Amino acid sequence: MNFDFSDDQKFLKGEARKFLEANSPLGRARGVLENPAKGYDADLWKAVAGQGWLGAAIPEEFGGLGLGHLELCVIAEELGRAVAPIPFASTVYFLAEAIMLAGSDEQKADLLPKIAAGEIIGAIATSEGPGATTAATLQATVTDGKLTGVKIPVTDGDIADVALVLAKEGGKPGLFLVDLAGEGVAREAVKTLDPTRDAAKLVFKDAPARRVGAAGAGMELVEQVFDRAAVLIAFEQCGGSDRCLEMAKDYALERYAFGRVIASYQAIKHKLADMYVKNELARSNAYYGAWALNTNAPELPVAASAARIAASEAYWFSSKENIQTHGGIGFTWEMDCHLFYRRSRQLSLVAGAPRVWKERLVSHLERRNAAAA
Amino acid sequence: MDFNDSPDEAAYRQQVRDWLDANAPKARVAGDPEGGDGMAASKAWQATKAAAGYACITWPKEWGGQGGSPVQNVIFSQEEAKYPIPGNPFQIGLGMCVPTVMTFADEATKQRFVGPALRGEEIWSQLFSEPSGGSDVAGARTKAERAPDGSGDWLISGQKVWTTGAQFSDFGIVITRTSPDKPKHKGLTMFWVDMKDPGIEVKPIHQMSGGSGFNEVFFTDVRVKDSQRLGAVDEGWKVSLVTLMNERLAVGGQTGAGWQQFMEAARNTPGLDGGSALKDGALREKLADWYVQAEGLKHTRNRTMTALSRGQTPGPESSIGKIISAVQMQELGNTAIEMLDQYGIIDDPELASLNGAFHFSLMFGPGLRIAGGTDEILRNIIAERVLGLPGDIRVDKDVPFKDMPTGR
Repeated sequence: MNFDFSDDQKFLKGEARKFLEANSPLGRARGVLENPAKGYDADLWKAVAGQGWLGAAIPEEFGGLGLGHLELCVIAEELGRAVAPIPFASTVYFLAEAIMLAGSDEQKADLLPKIAAGEIIGAIATSEGPGATTAATLQATVTDGKLTGVKIPVTDGDIADVALVLAKEGGKPGLFLVDLAGEGVAREAVKTLDPTRDAAKLVFKDAPARRVGAAGAGMELVEQVFDRAAVLIAFEQCGGSDRCLEMAKDYALERYAFGRVIASYQAIKHKLADMYVKNELARSNAYYGAWALNTNAPELPVAASAARIAASEAYWFSSKENIQTHGGIGFTWEMDCHLFYRRSRQLSLVAGAPRVWKERLVSHLERRNAAAA
Repeated sequence: MDFNDSPDEAAYRQQVRDWLDANAPKARVAGDPEGGDGMAASKAWQATKAAAGYACITWPKEWGGQGGSPVQNVIFSQEEAKYPIPGNPFQIGLGMCVPTVMTFADEATKQRFVGPALRGEEIWSQLFSEPSGGSDVAGARTKAERAPDGSGDWLISGQKVWTTGAQFSDFGIVITRTSPDKPKHKGLTMFWVDMKDPGIEVKPIHQMSGGSGFNEVFFTDVRVKDSQRLGAVDEGWKVSLVTLMNERLAVGGQTGAGWQQFMEAARNTPGLDGGSALKDGALREKLADWYVQAEGLKHTRNRTMTALSRGQTPGPESSIGKIISAVQMQELGNTAIEMLDQYGIIDDPELASLNGAFHFSLMFGPGLRIAGGTDEILRNIIAERVLGLPGDIRVDKDVPFKDMPTGR
């Protein structure tokens, strides 16, 4: 039994933390928060590219480090702790994963080296309005290689070079690559709960689109990409959630009320213990997801669902109770608590809401049980 | 990161499998472990394991163990669980009482007791809790005084409660108050007692779940020799800490019906729209939550196993298991019963779903949330020992025990 990261992977995690701490991550998130027109922190993005993190899981033949997904998981956790204001998830977890999973040789040769080098930013565009997008509700269409439709919101849509767009072709969903600097694309920034991350409305009118993967397989491919992204995002969520607990603990140990540190009150102790319990459950589920992702196990959809649900719950709980532990000061703009509160919501929604994942999880369990019966 | 045994672990597992294949029972014996055929089967299986060194794997070889690692212990338990083994009434004795005897008794006492306990010939109880005590073990009031005849013997009087298995125990370790003038942690002394001694009376407690696993034990001028003392006079708190430390490792997570059983029951119960209740969105969300909690605990145990296999000791973080599973047991049982609607009140194993497993969860859940540390105490443990937050303010630490307010 070896259900832990290796010493090398832990070393990488430690180095990532040092690097990010040296780069003042919360200050950088705040820099974007207070100037959302920036979209992201371009300097941090370049620095992260310089570390090779964008290509951690990309094979060496395509300019990556050729490490693996476990290495990407430990990096993700540190980016989550740092509330990094960069399009890492959009570019690496969604675009690079989709291309590695289903891209043609030409698409791999074209895009993966650019992603690894930090030369392009990616985005994934599935949502078209309130509610989850399904094959039945999908409106965007591709005809003769031209995409028409509206996608909102698209995380990093305003700063991305390339988007993966879910659209119908011949009546069936497909996944398409669209050059956002090309013709037929109009973008408009949209305000979101987490302004440290860029978001946009994308309007396509006969925009040239190249299909990724098989015709008609868009929905399945998006699910596969979401499963992979869910595990990686779960590590970001664990990182952020742990940081919330640390912040709450540190504050509770220095803040006095009625003559004692508030950390000595059972109401606060039990609140922090509950954060710890949720964080540990999330971490254990994320580890299993990491194992399933790294070994491409058939359990991946179930493991990814559990990782996403547990991590979303833990981060939501820790980020809101962190504010509560801080009291009034925690509700101010100047304190960092709201950076985590915002990011917890962004990460919980970006690959589909937890209630959708709960439904997917139970459907998988039903099928698994039916198969076993 | 993988789930496979290391080569050493795999070799040990194979050795265990071979031995179990040749020696483990092939059919379950009916009856409670508390008496009759069930108890006889338990004792026989324990003796078989002891003869082969599998009864207490982590104990030193000189005491009948294997000097094995905690991981080997877990491997044995995993493999043993695949067989219809009888109940285990020895856990409290071998997990907590006998290790305390091994640490604090004289050589002759150890020689007298360790072997028979290991072989399942004698059963031990832990007599700590008291009616007014709850989680405050150091508040014990059962008193031990020197006998007035100058023999050096002690006379024990008082009452213990929640004593698991006292009704079939042969011996027990009991914590007593010897110096009420000292602060509470400094006036306690530990003894071992023969449960058949005159003056000891055991009364089973009828639980809300209907069972009677626990007992009240009354002591009336029970005479014990000074040689039955474990540790120094008034140093019993230190002795009890050794026992309680072992308790954390010994108390397991028995959780009753789980998400699988719920899913199966939901599939077979009509929902509000006339189809299957398993299509009900509200129930599906709960089912997902329970699955995620159960998986989280399973993989937390895998992480603990990994730590054990690297020679680290599991810390107080293992408290999260009971916090999650005991509440889930209660909630899952209750949701299942609500799903059955009016029929849900029926608690007849002949009629109820899964032979009443959900009713058992509902009715035993409250006990599990208390036994071995309440939810509240476990949260304190996490807050203080894992997160390093200050202990609760203690008003009783330096007050002579006899002057402490007691309430009821």
